[in-house]
Amino acid sequence: MSGRGTAIALRIAQAIPVVIGVVVISFVLTRALPGDPAAQFAGIAATPESIEEVRRALGLDKPLLQQFFIYCAQLLQGDLGQSISTGRPVVSELAARLPASLELTLTALFVSCAISIPLGILAATRPGSWVDQLCRLLVTAGVSLPTFFTGIVLVYVFYYLLGIAPSPLGRLDFVYLEPPHVTGFFLIDSVIARDWETFGGTVKQLVLPATTMALFTLAPIARMTRAAMLSALSADFIRTARASGLSRRKVLYGYAFRNALLPVVTTLGMVFSFALGANVLVEKVFAWPGIGSYAVEALVVSDYAAVQGFVLAMALLFVFLNLVIDLAYSVIDPRFGTSAK
Amino acid sequence: MLSIKDLQVAFKTRKGEVTAVKGITFELAKGERLGIVGESGSGKSVTSYALMRILDANGRIKAGDAVYSGVDLRKASERDMRDLRGREISMIFQNPRAALNPIRKVGHQIEDVLIQHARASRQNARAKAIEALEAVRINDAAARYDAYPFELSGGMCQRVVCAIALACDPKLMIMDEPTTGLDITTQKAVMDLVDELVKARGMSSILITHDLGLASEYCDRIVVMKDGEIVEEGGPVDLFRNPQHAYTRKLVDATPRRGVEIRELLPEEARTLLAPHMVRDTPLIEVKDLTKTYAGKSGPVHAVKGISFTVREGQSVGLVGESGCGKSTTSSMLVRLLDSTSGQILFRGQDLAAIPAADFARNPLRTKIQMVFQDATDSLNPRHTSRQSIAEPLKRMTGLKGAALDARVEELARLTGLPAHLLDRFPHQLSGGQKARVGIARAIAPDPDFLILDEPTAALDVSIQAVVLNLLADLRVRLGMSYLFVSHDLNVVRLLCDHVIVMKGGEIVDAGPVEQVMDHPSHPYTAELLSAAPQAPRPQTAA
Repeated sequence: MSGRGTAIALRIAQAIPVVIGVVVISFVLTRALPGDPAAQFAGIAATPESIEEVRRALGLDKPLLQQFFIYCAQLLQGDLGQSISTGRPVVSELAARLPASLELTLTALFVSCAISIPLGILAATRPGSWVDQLCRLLVTAGVSLPTFFTGIVLVYVFYYLLGIAPSPLGRLDFVYLEPPHVTGFFLIDSVIARDWETFGGTVKQLVLPATTMALFTLAPIARMTRAAMLSALSADFIRTARASGLSRRKVLYGYAFRNALLPVVTTLGMVFSFALGANVLVEKVFAWPGIGSYAVEALVVSDYAAVQGFVLAMALLFVFLNLVIDLAYSVIDPRFGTSAK
Repeated sequence: MLSIKDLQVAFKTRKGEVTAVKGITFELAKGERLGIVGESGSGKSVTSYALMRILDANGRIKAGDAVYSGVDLRKASERDMRDLRGREISMIFQNPRAALNPIRKVGHQIEDVLIQHARASRQNARAKAIEALEAVRINDAAARYDAYPFELSGGMCQRVVCAIALACDPKLMIMDEPTTGLDITTQKAVMDLVDELVKARGMSSILITHDLGLASEYCDRIVVMKDGEIVEEGGPVDLFRNPQHAYTRKLVDATPRRGVEIRELLPEEARTLLAPHMVRDTPLIEVKDLTKTYAGKSGPVHAVKGISFTVREGQSVGLVGESGCGKSTTSSMLVRLLDSTSGQILFRGQDLAAIPAADFARNPLRTKIQMVFQDATDSLNPRHTSRQSIAEPLKRMTGLKGAALDARVEELARLTGLPAHLLDRFPHQLSGGQKARVGIARAIAPDPDFLILDEPTAALDVSIQAVVLNLLADLRVRLGMSYLFVSHDLNVVRLLCDHVIVMKGGEIVDAGPVEQVMDHPSHPYTAELLSAAPQAPRPQTAA
């Protein structure tokens, strides 16, 4: 078992150079963007002198390497700089908006898993049946419809035509008060505050955007579950389990599904990553005050600090996510870190 | 106890229904040990799956009766069958490592069965599982309880599979090729153990195997199956001494055993005269103090510890040993796919060990040393036709093109007995024997002087093995090649080789002319290997 412990420690250590790389790349990338932030910040009526002055004030006149070291030093103190467009610290902006995005993505993924994994299992146990066909149909529909399109269709049908959904404007209708800030996740915060009305309001706002995202992420998970289950069910050890009289339930969930879980978890990680990316469109459609829409706005006005902060936050999130998935592996698969794997 | 009558099993395929078992009838008495012998595709495994009702979803019992102790196995409900499996009839399978759930502790896998059949409760399951492990004589059973299959050797995995099968004291044990993938001494240990337990508990057993020798050693009665039908039935000695059916005779002939020549493996009508091969005194390959050391997690692993031997021009040397003895490492170094740690490999006086393995592919000597790989299926590119596979080394090493290349490929196909119309087929459209021929044709394509044969017949049926061995013997004479024949099976090695080397733990423990080593082994390990091989009763009418 010590091999496993070492492997886990090694995996965590591997994350460190990646983080350093991410810091460098996010810095270089934003500097490579077209547009002059100093000119942008100084406004349309600025003279060349006032632009120069702004440039000095922002520290943009110094050599690139020096800028980088200043950036790193600030980073170590948890300072991501000030957003040029809003004037607020980037850290507090991200802290306010990241939970909104995460709440949406996680809810969507939860819904998506709750549907796609059982569907994949059912499809795998009855290949060629109507469940299998339904799975295929849903999966094809899910991947072929872009999120902004499904989002708009859902809004049109459920808000405009049927009027059962609330207006697609942000995380909470204006009649509710935001729950006191604990985690930033409205669902959790309202539960902590025992404010069931707000909880209901949050759920109502979440349903449409989360469904949009879930439809999008359903396909790869369902497909992978089906394929992984099919290959697990045809393995030799399933025959052993059946030949020793184990119940169908035990064979299916205790033996096949646990083995099928590995590729499913891998897919889940990938899906989570690109769901965070795809969030931008959904957030725009539903006026969701998330990190994606923030980044797009910052990008348009060449807001260095904000874009850098966004890239860094996302990259760290990805690194963290990959770490979590690898650690999940080590829990599922005892072979993790040994030569057998 | 078990009675099968006119059993037919069919599978639905894309090409329509295929009947795999075409009406077989046999009975099994209490305490009897029955062997079902046949080659791949004979329907022997399918028969056992049908009895257990664990056929794949596309298979079904089409007709006939199967009654076990008064229970109609065809009509019993799924619930009754589940109750029967593992408690009354259990089964052990080939490839024990794959037969165990890779991510579940072996102790828990035994508990699953015990709890399913109400032989243990949650409280005493652990103790009972350890008891089951002790019953199959696993050393340190309590510690093995927490092991995962990947932490155990193949032989231990098979013991665990046996422990699962025997945990609930079944009355009938079905063994489906239980020793495939195990070393010969492990095979003997496992078979002896199971045989002893079966006898001690008064159980009946069905041993399904392609190995007539194995079946004759561990069964009271044998049925021989071919193409879904039983062709012959009888006691092991009778079957060997006086086979009635032509197919049984062919199987008996093809089983490698002491005192037969390579041509005698073939059916009588195919026994042409084998021209003798010339062994000259000049050495072709001289291996001197060859070592290979791997950096392992807990210190260096000495896979090969300074071995020396010589292969003369035209000579065939057998390299025998069990898994982990270093024979594969040695052959990889000789074929220059692996760098040695120290020592020399002299090929006609030139030291090959000095040429890095990574560069050897570009060396002109590459054409002179070639290899035939163990698994003919896995060593062929599934997207290449036979023609492409055989042409590949020619294109790279001889620069042949166009019509000349085609002509050479067709010549090679003729040499290896591969019908020309099969050249444009893909591996999955070929039989095992045909794939073996493609592998051999590819190896001899650049006209090598030295051929390394890495268990070339391990995955083949005995009758195909007989043909392939004879093909190799013919090619040796025609093309004047020397062989290094790597195998775990001494009975096969003796047929083809002049000289034999026995390896154990990275060292050569025994070496010499084949008759001398086999008839008067100087090392106890060689004697152990010889005695572990199943001994087929000698046919009276030795041709």
